[in-house]
Amino acid sequence: MSKIIDGLYYSESHEYVKVDGEFGYIGITDYAQHELGNVVYVDMPEVDDEVAAGEEFGAVESVKAASDLLSPVSGTVVEVNEALEDEPGLINKDAFENWIIKVELSDKSELDDLMDAAAYKAMIGE
Amino acid sequence: MAEEIKTTCLHDNHVALGALMTPFAGFDMPIQYKGIVEEHNAVRTNVGVFDVSHMGEVAVTGPEAEKFVNYIFTNDIKDAEIGKVFYGMMLYPDGGTVDDLLVYKMGENDFFLVINAANIDKDVAWINEQAANFDVKVENQSDYYAQLAVQGPEGENTIKNVLDLDGSDLTFYTVKKVQYDGETIILSRTGYTGEDGFEIYASHKAIVKMWNLLMDAGVQPCGLGCRDTLRFEVGLPLYGDELTAEISPIMATLGMFVKLDKEGGFIGRDACAQQKAEGSAKKLVGLELHDKAIPRHGYEVLQGDKVVGYVTTGYRGISVDKSLAFALVDRAAGTLGNELSVRIRKKVFPATVVKKRFYTTSYKK
Repeated sequence: MSKIIDGLYYSESHEYVKVDGEFGYIGITDYAQHELGNVVYVDMPEVDDEVAAGEEFGAVESVKAASDLLSPVSGTVVEVNEALEDEPGLINKDAFENWIIKVELSDKSELDDLMDAAAYKAMIGE
Repeated sequence: MAEEIKTTCLHDNHVALGALMTPFAGFDMPIQYKGIVEEHNAVRTNVGVFDVSHMGEVAVTGPEAEKFVNYIFTNDIKDAEIGKVFYGMMLYPDGGTVDDLLVYKMGENDFFLVINAANIDKDVAWINEQAANFDVKVENQSDYYAQLAVQGPEGENTIKNVLDLDGSDLTFYTVKKVQYDGETIILSRTGYTGEDGFEIYASHKAIVKMWNLLMDAGVQPCGLGCRDTLRFEVGLPLYGDELTAEISPIMATLGMFVKLDKEGGFIGRDACAQQKAEGSAKKLVGLELHDKAIPRHGYEVLQGDKVVGYVTTGYRGISVDKSLAFALVDRAAGTLGNELSVRIRKKVFPATVVKKRFYTTSYKK
């Protein structure tokens, strides 16, 4: 059974946003890391890049395949999780602790389009 | 409408082990059990067992069996010793590849062909078509035989201790018939992992029994996921990626398995001879990226701004900690040491042309 954290916002493509004031930490869910298997590479944007809700901002790759990362929200990248460059497998250890990018949110109303923990839990059938 | 998916005799065992199952070559097959990395490392350092019962088997016998097999096969089996195994291809007249396969010499004019699961129907039709003018009997035995691959440095000890099968007298690429549980089975020192190991062909009943013994002994079950990473690291091709109806073995730089001068010739010989003499337009090369980004099948390969080919298989190596690929590129671009690049999503990453064998093998000679 996958870990799901209350208070986060979830997308249909298995990304989460953890909101902290004007900022959001974006990563993939525990369910997603489990489905992927061993994560061997995370393709991340650069600081100051713009991301848009529903648009690709990078990829997370298992041994077998690359999966696009879709941003749940729009904004400007203010930080990327550099630890993932050397140790992408951190996502398998704890997907919620090991966020991928930190974004300055440009439109917090977009959060209303995302799922809460209960809705996400229902979507993945757990 | 989707074709009905086939299963091997071990399907229930895989499901019970919690394997991730995926359709492959028309069969519902295990991709992984514990994880690709762990399974890969088990084979490199110890031992692992694969259910490869999806593979096809064809027996060719009769007075002209040797002459016939040599005519449809690129390697040279003439006058070979009984018990020898050969790797090679069946080709179309234009040099394109029908399939790559193993040919086992089981006796005089008695050959056992091991073909790819995805190609069974196509290959059997092709073989039968070519056999019209030869005095041979072609028998598709794919439904009878199940197959296990026990691979890794502990393979010989494992089959001895767990299955009571003695492989110590087999050198790499040899085969023998042995008795097991009241039936005659086929045991060869072959594999698709770059490690020492054995392949066992037997009835469904015997294979299920052997699988259960191996599981009880704690041998790591391995899925098709690591079968692909293992074969890739040691430079072995996969039909559909590195060999296709459009890719000849000469283009795939597998010319050592194509005996252009053998007696009687073979289908596709002239096309291969021409490609070898003139240089094929495309060739398969190894690429090593300088970055951690991972090249995948179908990604573009560039020289400067010009697209010169595409990736056929790519991985972040498991035994080799590098991002690596096989790529089919324009011959001129494929010189060893050339600096090319691979387009991965929005970015372009530099890559050096290197030899396709990324990891060194340890076979028993």
